Parts: sequence; C-alpha cells; structure tokens
Amino acid sequence: MGDEKCMVSTRQIVKQYPGVLALDHVDIDIHRGEIHAICGENGAGKSTFIKILTGAIQADSGCIEIDGVTHTGFTPNEALTRLGISAIYQEFNLIPALSIAENLFLGDEMLNRGFVDHKAMNKVARKILTSLDVDLDPRLPVARLAVAYQQIVEIAKATRHNARLLIMDEPTAPLTIHEVQTLFSLVRKLKEQGMTIIYISHRLQEIFELADRVTVLRDGKKIATLVTRETTKDELIHLMVNRKLDETYPKRSHQTGETILEVRNLSTSSLLRDISFTLASGEILGFGGLVGAGRTELARAIYGADPRSSGEVLVHKKAVSIRHPRDAVALRIGLIPEDRKQQGIISELSIKENISYSSFDKVLRGGLISMKRMQHVAQRIITLLRIATPDAEKRVKELSGGNQQKVIIARWLAADCDLLIFDEPTRGIDVGAKKEMYEHINDLAMQGKGIIIISSDMQELLGMSDRIIVMHEGVVTGVLCGEEATQDKVLRLASGE
Amino acid sequence: MKALKSMNIKRYAIFGVLVLLVIFFSMVTNTFLTTSNLLNISRQVSMLGISAVGMTCVILTSGIDLSVGSVMAIVNIIGARLMTEFGLPILPAAVITLFISALVGLLNGVMISYVGVPAFIVTLATMISLRGLAYVLCGGMPVWGMPDAFRTLGQGYIGPIPVPVVIMLIVFALGWVFLNRTRTGRYIYGLGGNQEAVRLAGIKTTRVGATAYIISSLLTGLAGLIMLSRINTGQPKIGTAFEMDVITAVVLGGVSMRGGSGSILGVLVGVFITGILSNGMILLNISEYYQQIAKGLVLLFAVTFDTVANLRKA
Repeated sequence: MGDEKCMVSTRQIVKQYPGVLALDHVDIDIHRGEIHAICGENGAGKSTFIKILTGAIQADSGCIEIDGVTHTGFTPNEALTRLGISAIYQEFNLIPALSIAENLFLGDEMLNRGFVDHKAMNKVARKILTSLDVDLDPRLPVARLAVAYQQIVEIAKATRHNARLLIMDEPTAPLTIHEVQTLFSLVRKLKEQGMTIIYISHRLQEIFELADRVTVLRDGKKIATLVTRETTKDELIHLMVNRKLDETYPKRSHQTGETILEVRNLSTSSLLRDISFTLASGEILGFGGLVGAGRTELARAIYGADPRSSGEVLVHKKAVSIRHPRDAVALRIGLIPEDRKQQGIISELSIKENISYSSFDKVLRGGLISMKRMQHVAQRIITLLRIATPDAEKRVKELSGGNQQKVIIARWLAADCDLLIFDEPTRGIDVGAKKEMYEHINDLAMQGKGIIIISSDMQELLGMSDRIIVMHEGVVTGVLCGEEATQDKVLRLASGE
Repeated sequence: MKALKSMNIKRYAIFGVLVLLVIFFSMVTNTFLTTSNLLNISRQVSMLGISAVGMTCVILTSGIDLSVGSVMAIVNIIGARLMTEFGLPILPAAVITLFISALVGLLNGVMISYVGVPAFIVTLATMISLRGLAYVLCGGMPVWGMPDAFRTLGQGYIGPIPVPVVIMLIVFALGWVFLNRTRTGRYIYGLGGNQEAVRLAGIKTTRVGATAYIISSLLTGLAGLIMLSRINTGQPKIGTAFEMDVITAVVLGGVSMRGGSGSILGVLVGVFITGILSNGMILLNISEYYQQIAKGLVLLFAVTFDTVANLRKA
C-alpha cells in the first residue's frame, strides 16, 4: 500500500451478480507506465473488472487506490475527467456521421461567440493525431475510416481527455495482422509518453509481444500476476484453465446412429473457409473457439440464415439446398439462437403461439388455426420441458431467460425437428436452470436427435459434447473426441496454435 | 403482471373513451342518440373502417401505408371510366378495379419488403404519383353517368342497415379471422415485434410483409368503389388526406406504431370514435376549422398514451 510504483491498486474488490460471483476479493496492482495484460476465459471476470475501474458499475465491497488516494466508487465521468481513466471497448463510441475532430470534442466543443469553432477544433485534433504519428485529416467523417483508424480516433479521444490509464478491451479482435502491428507500435509509443495501459486479450501471443506483466483471472478470482518475460504460454494456459470439471453434467450412454448431417467444404464470402464435418443422430457435437472464430456464422450458413459461397450440405445423406431458414425447418432442422430476445422469441405473442409458430400447419382445422389444438400441443410440451408458467396464454416476454429458451426448444419439438443447433444454450441463464437445460439437451440426444452446441463456456463444452470441433478465424483447427478433449487442447486449437 | 395491467388499461381505455363520447354528445344535443343518426354515422365511417382493417395489417408489421387516399382516387376514376366510356357491366368493372388496386399494393410491398426501401418513402411516392395518375386518367374532369344499379353499393339498404355498413362489418369479421386464425395473420403480428426472430422461425418474412400492403390497397379499393357509388361521380380529388384519417383511427384503436400489438376490435372502436367526433361536432355547429384542430389533438393524445403505456412496461 502507498507503493510509489503503483498507479492503481484494487483492494479486495467483490462483485456479485445473481447466481454468480463475478469478482471474488480481487487485488491487482497496476504499475505506473506499464503495459499490464489481463487474461482469462469467458466469464473469468475481466469485463466486470474493467467496468469497475471505469466507474460503469460499482463494486459491492472493496476499494480502489489511485495515486495513493482510496476510492470506494466513482462515476464514469469522474473516472474520465478527474482520475484520467479511459477505456476503449470492442464497440466504439463514435458518431459515424461526424468528423474526427467533432468526435474528439463531442460534448465539450470549442466555441467562438457561441458557435462551434471548427477551425480551432481541427487544429487541436491535428496536433493530437500527429503526436500519435497518424496522418489523418481531422475533417474526415468517421464513417469513412477503416476500423483500425476508428480505433485510433478512440485512442486520440483518450489522449485529448489527458488519460493516464488507458484500458483496451480486445483491441485486436477486428484488425488484420498488418493493422495489429500498427496498433502495437502506437501502444508502445503511448507507453513511452508515460501512459499506463491495461490490455485485455484472449490472444496469448499478443500478451507476450506487448505486455510487461500479466494477471490471470479465473472464475472471478485473481490467480497470479506474472512478469511476462519470466513465464511461458504453457504456464498461462495452465493457470487460466486449471479447474476440475464439476458434476453439473449428467452422464449418459451415448449411442450414435446414422449420419443425419454432413457438411462438405462449406465457405462463406466473409469468414468461413472449407469447413467439413458430420453429425450422427444421438450425438452431441460441440463447437469451441474464441469470439469471432466463425461458429455462429457457420450455424447461420447451414441454417440458411446467411448465404454460403460454396460447399454442400447433406441431410439424411441427401444433398439439399437450404437457402432460407424455411428450407431448414422443412428439413427438420431447428436453430436456438444466442440472442433469444432478438432472434428467438416473438415477445408480444403468447407461449402457445410461440411454440406453434413454426408448425401452425399441424394445428389447423378447416384451414384456420385451432386454439384448442394449439393449446393441446403447448400443454404437452410445457409439461415435457417443465416450462414454469401458470398457463400457455401468458406472453412469452414475461418469462425468465431460461424459460424463454425452453419455449424456443419447444417450438422445434412441436415442428418435429430431429437436428437442433444450440448457439450458447445457457448464456444469461442462472445456474439452476443451466443444469436443467443440460438434462433436456441430453434427453433430446438420447431420443436420437442430432445436437450441435456452440459454446464459449469451456466446462459446458467439455461436459456436454461427445466430440468437439475447434475453430479459429473461420477454419477448423482440430477435432477432439471424448477423452482426448481437455481444456488445454481446446484453448490451444482455439488460439490457432 | 405490471405489463399485463397496463395492457388492459390500454384496451379498456379506448372503450371508455367511446362511451364517454356517446354520453357527452347525447347530453349536449338531442339529435345525436337517434337510430337514424347512429346509422348515419355508421355509413359515414364505413369506408374509413374498411380501409382501416388493411391499414391495421400494415401497421402491425411496423409499416405504414400513405398511399390509401390516392388509391381511392384512381379506383374512383378507373371504376367510373370502365363503367361509362368502356361500357363494362358493374361486376367485371369492379373486379378489374380491385385487381388494379391490389397491383398498387403489390408494388408497395415488393419495394418495401423485398427491396428494403423504407415504407414511409415508398408509399409517399405512390401516394404522390397515383394522385397525378388519377388526374391524368380523367383529364382533370369528373366522370359522370354510372349505371343506376351501381348506386346500391353505397346508397342501398339491407333491411334498415345501409349496405356499406354491412360490408364494413363483414370486412371487420374477416379481418378478425385473418389476423387471429390464419398463419399469415399471426406472422403479421410477429413481424412487427421481431422480424429476425420470425425469419429464423422459418417464415418467409418478405412475402408476409408484402401481403399486408396488398391487403391494405385491396380493401381501400373496395372502400373506393363504395365512395364512387355514394357520390355517383368519379372525382380525381377524392380521398385527399384520407390516409391521415385511417391512420388516426387505427392508432386510436390501440394498434402500436411499433407494430406487433393491437386488436381488430379496438380498431373498430377507433373508427367509431373518429366518426362520432366529427358527427358530434357537426351537430354542435362547430366549424370545420376547429374540427380539424380537435382531430389533430385526438391523434396526439392517442399516440402519447401508447408511448407512455409502453414506457411503463419497459
């Protein structure tokens, strides 16, 4: 405490969310002028940590020392203007239609007799950009810039606010390899100018290239802070994943049958390249990878939600043409999307209608929808999936996340689907409901349905899957069967190593 | 539960407004609450009502159809010319006219759902162009001389009930069945709330969206034929600002401009509220200028109510 070297020290920070302890008594010291990497799996607590540092959320207990002064909490505005803490998220906070200079001065415009003084703003903006070694015209609208340059505008914004601590959350995710190098030299330049940098990344390679020290978080706990020069990738991976698989995953005897889905050399124009795999009935096939690996894109391409550029899909060994989700549903394929509020439920309609939505043809009577038949179908499946609701008339938006997820599954059961694609099946669902979801998925597999699970939750992926396909930047980097799948191996393949 | 409550408040509020209006006008005039006046109101709102059923479909998808007034005008002119200069019998003339109005809806629907041009712009464009077309088709002059039998459509009675009212009630009944008991109807509701979710449920959202615009134009075509029969002349200026009356009635009836929620029964109430307001104000000798002001305020009130009810839910 009171260490001269430390710019920011967190002391026993705790943050509890319903059902999960996001940060568990975390102490991290950030030294003045260092590049400090923070790594950990999804859900390790990285985002929560950043949010507390930037004042976006408040810790339940614990405190933060900044330059030796103890704070228990502050607002985002205080963090930015008074404490000099600035963050760059994956989603930029820029207004596309405005110029670079206007974005830099947003909410704090330079005025001349009450009117915005563009000339003065452009001049200052140009000075800031030059100090970052960037040759950009500050009058250009941000919309015309490539993603890499938009990111630089974000950094320039931080500099203009005289930030002393810059937090970068997965800054390289949207960049090409060449742009990454440009960003790195910029980050090093900022460090030379005396900026302290917290660098969040999944990519271990980058951490070793850039960071002075690295802190590993796991399940909301700080595991270790290491000097990067003195550690290895293997040690980091080990620290990140070293964890016992718990017993939430129901055991089952998996008996797989005939191949029901075969994908051959599937590519899309944007990301996916040459992807091939098969899925048998009764099998649970997991897809692992980092965010942006192309797993959701693959699911959507198979399902006909997005166009494919080449490749074949065979369902029950017959080549099929799926060009719209409707074709997929007709072939009895169902997608349970990650974003269930936007892409899954029809929120204004009742539970029973949501269940029958893809199979109204089964509840018709004389060409019209029969409420009685629909009720009948709904009641059967509500009981089967144990959807917690007093009745089937309730609007689906009034249900909890877990129950909404079940309604989407119910929709595919009502449509007799025998192939189900789950994209992040338990995201945003509380712990108890998660376990139930796993049981349902297992039951479905035992009934002979083919199941694909896309999951960023390593335990879930390992615990549920018979086989795991790991992807990295649009290609398959490995297939792991049963026992040979370990957290280390999945993480290594997912990092593209 | 809270959401459910505010939903119910919204639903009953509109009936309450209707009842209050009826009570108010019965008290301040002695001509309002008479059978003949009530039938008169019903006949006056019938065209508005028929078109409102189509507009309901469109607004439920979170779209809008500004072209209905101009559709009414071309239907007026084309229908009249087919029956007079071309000498077609009533039925084929009506069928051709309805077919043409459906084509307008198809054009709107394709541009909006398949091409993706904003509904406001597409229907604004068709509204402007069709009005011009109506003038071109008649050279700016009214078209006279329809067969006498055609008057039955707009001026006849079945028992004591005017024919247009019967047609309106049938359209509302069919509209209810369509929106509540057919697949396309339920997809229309879904589209307004959540287009991507509906598409991923395996539904051709483009086709459903376009259907709503076709229904809107087709029903407006029917309303246009009734109008033609009532005034017995093809007028190119007919239906000016009709779209605003229709949208007002639908929104008053509780259909959310965001789409996805609202009921056909509420729209029927909304239609009658608009009709009773203008009838009552006429009986009270309120000048047309003031009526205009009142109508605008009523629309603002309805949308504000909808917005506030939605904010509470969120």
